[in-house]
Amino acid sequence: MKVGVVGIGHGKFGRRSDATVQELACEPFRDALMDAGGISRNDIDFLSVGSSPEYHKQRSLPGVIAEYLGMNPQSTWLTEAACASGSAAIRTAYMAIKSGMHEIVAVIGVQKMTELTTPEILALMGRVGDVQWESIFGTTFPGYYAMYATRHMYEFGTTKEQMAMVAVKNHHYGALNPQAMFQKEVTIERCLSSEKVAYPLNVFDCCANADGAACIIMANEKKAKKLNDTPIWIDGVGSASAQMSVLRRPHFIGIPSTVEASKQAYKQAGIKPEDVQVAEVHDCFTIAELMAYEDLGFCKKGEGGKFIENKQSYIGGKTPVNVDGGLKAKGHPVGATGVSMTAEIVKQLRGQAGKRQVNAEIGLTHNVGGIGQYCFVHIYRR
Amino acid sequence: MPFHYFGKVSFVPYTKVAEFADYLKNGKLMGTRCKNCREISFPPRADCLSCLSDEFEWFECSGKGRLHTYTIIFAAPTGFDDIAPYSLGVLDLDDGGRLLGWINIPEEEITIGMRLQAVPKIFEEVPEIKLYYSLEKANTT
Repeated sequence: MKVGVVGIGHGKFGRRSDATVQELACEPFRDALMDAGGISRNDIDFLSVGSSPEYHKQRSLPGVIAEYLGMNPQSTWLTEAACASGSAAIRTAYMAIKSGMHEIVAVIGVQKMTELTTPEILALMGRVGDVQWESIFGTTFPGYYAMYATRHMYEFGTTKEQMAMVAVKNHHYGALNPQAMFQKEVTIERCLSSEKVAYPLNVFDCCANADGAACIIMANEKKAKKLNDTPIWIDGVGSASAQMSVLRRPHFIGIPSTVEASKQAYKQAGIKPEDVQVAEVHDCFTIAELMAYEDLGFCKKGEGGKFIENKQSYIGGKTPVNVDGGLKAKGHPVGATGVSMTAEIVKQLRGQAGKRQVNAEIGLTHNVGGIGQYCFVHIYRR
Repeated sequence: MPFHYFGKVSFVPYTKVAEFADYLKNGKLMGTRCKNCREISFPPRADCLSCLSDEFEWFECSGKGRLHTYTIIFAAPTGFDDIAPYSLGVLDLDDGGRLLGWINIPEEEITIGMRLQAVPKIFEEVPEIKLYYSLEKANTT
């Protein structure tokens, strides 16, 4: 029994001081119901919520969301895996359907990050790593990826210009996406001269905190075929973890959980990396996208820099990546990101992506939590 | 000595390896060794990663090693803004394990692969006892 995506919805990402977290969740939910052929809320028997709780004043988010969406008394709970919470919630839904326990599931990824004050954000930022042995030295999220970048530059000759090229590409496509936080092109020069955050990363190497929500409706094969003429099938779901402390990782040139999760997903879907025709990868930092090309097998280890330099991740290249703007231009409302990636791939495989359309039958999403502590790789097929 | 003396900002007051802070105050950088399978751990662990035994002993670590990677933090989190920018390095320790700490040499002299030594330190600017270690040029204190 296959599992399919039958409806998608995507809210506007950015600074959303106009809405509460449950109001944000309602926008894509309503759209996803319509997109799924106008199904009733009563048809949905489980609401799977993905979010990272530490950003919200409201505790126990699924409770308030289920009530606001009129989804009581259906089952709901939160799945959390930091920045990969959205994809983790999709995996929860996949397992729920695959087990036969539920037939139609709504997955909502939602995050309101700008409710926190700057001091609160800065304090949170100081606790992303191992708080016992690392945070006491003032490590930060960009700082960890920066240490990967430094080592990647040292081992493979990757350059800051190549990292900036990722930002240029993602902003180029973000400019075509009305849901993106930043809809503006940038230049390599602008990236390289932007404010320093953590050497070798500048502000333009980093994605932005954002508010936003996305929703998908998933169903078992029988229901999916009834609800939708073109269900998009989930052919592979890979999930893996890596050490919380980077000190206990094998190396600083890639994310081991990406390698492991993608192997599982490729195997389950019966495909090879070169069969992927459009991909959404976790570009929380530009170096993260370069490492993702390599760890997902789109190119060899160490050749991520060349891959972007030769425009292989542009539309028309070997594997178009993040043609909706990625986290970089779309913004990264932590819990919403994995669901947003999926909504984009579904659009692409249905042929509804407009100006950023790729001709594709097989798509991939790659969603990373933390610095690779969690990773989810999903393969979708028309 | 409670563990919260370790670090400019402490998030973890209690741990089974709190003695680490006592040793550090006396100028000793200590790692743990599993009594069952002899696996060495730095940072210290009360429970062996290899065999999960909870029987461990302390060993003195030279703190010497090679710089594996580094960054310079410009945008600092709460409690560290007064010292930014600061360099952070990961050291592959000669005795096994890895350590993350501040690099106490000028930015332009930092290179991956260079020999450094983690040296126990006490913050002098603050009234209470606050311990840390910093990465110095090898064979200096």
